[in-house]
Amino acid sequence: MATMIKVGMADLNVCLPPDSITTLGLGSCVGIVLYDPAKKISGMAHVMLPDSARIRNNENVAKFADTGIQELLNRVLKLGASRAALVAKIAGGAQMFAFNSDNEMLKVGLRNVEAVKRKLASLRIPVVAEDTGLNYGRTIEFYPETGKLLVKSVGKPIKTL
Amino acid sequence: MAEVKLEEMNHMQFDVLREIGNIGAGNATTALSQMLSSKIDMKVPKIDLLEFKELGELIGGAENIVVGILLTLQDDIDGMMMFLVEKKAAKSMVKLLMGGFCSGSEDDDDFSEMELSAMQEIGNIIAGAYLSSLSALTNMKITSSVPYMAIDMAGAILSVPAIEFGKISDKALLIETEFGDVGEEVNGYFILIPTLESYGQILTSLGL
Repeated sequence: MATMIKVGMADLNVCLPPDSITTLGLGSCVGIVLYDPAKKISGMAHVMLPDSARIRNNENVAKFADTGIQELLNRVLKLGASRAALVAKIAGGAQMFAFNSDNEMLKVGLRNVEAVKRKLASLRIPVVAEDTGLNYGRTIEFYPETGKLLVKSVGKPIKTL
Repeated sequence: MAEVKLEEMNHMQFDVLREIGNIGAGNATTALSQMLSSKIDMKVPKIDLLEFKELGELIGGAENIVVGILLTLQDDIDGMMMFLVEKKAAKSMVKLLMGGFCSGSEDDDDFSEMELSAMQEIGNIIAGAYLSSLSALTNMKITSSVPYMAIDMAGAILSVPAIEFGKISDKALLIETEFGDVGEEVNGYFILIPTLESYGQILTSLGL
């Protein structure tokens, strides 16, 4: 029986077929999928903040883009994923409130997406698909069997990445 | 200044924050009651220290559609204040406020322009009542932004205050207040999110 593994806020996990992996209601947080298409090994992280170095309380590595992606990489490699084959799909990083305002406190979604891309680039993992920014929440589901990432939002058709 | 760690807060500090929630939400409920001209009761506020993983499950699950109204705070207290209601409850609040002049039909899933601005005004008034009582209690100056509103999945809306908490802790401190009128339960949450420095200042201002 295939089950759907749930990843919470500031959380991460790995997933093999026939199972799938999901995180619900991404707002300004970013969901990152790392995937080895040949071996069908995948993992998902739900990070909240860009940079662990700028925050004093940083024990939960899954909370940050930099440490969360590193930990997710370690976990998929431990499952046998090939380092060179890994690709990434990302979603989230919306500005939920006051989309047109310049309020720095509300622009964390944008900074999260930038930090995620920076970290992935430094690890030389290509981002093959993304659905980021704008002003609405997203639920994502990843199926390692097919490599498809479904993005669901309120009042919008389901996107497949 | 009082040093605050959310994980290591003592009973005294907890009680003070609960009392702040009580007074703030009490005033907000009174304002709401007057505005809707209907009797609205408030229950005793609950204080919860939640892990981020659990936070999404608040208000009927991460995918439940809610209305969130958010104000950013400045001056003596920095941070955010949020007011959250389920979409259905928001709809009935707007209906109460506008009486027969509600333009959308009953089962209409979306809010009309008029209803949206009415909802924003409700948010403005109750947040104002909450903050002015907090300001009076602590003798601190609080300036708030205009209210920002979003209608979306609870998880996505709660991610905004969660991220603010994420900067100071691995947990989120929520002051939850349920309120309702006699006929229909209107479930709402007030969430106050001061920065860590502001927590200390609030507690210091109250002599702790």
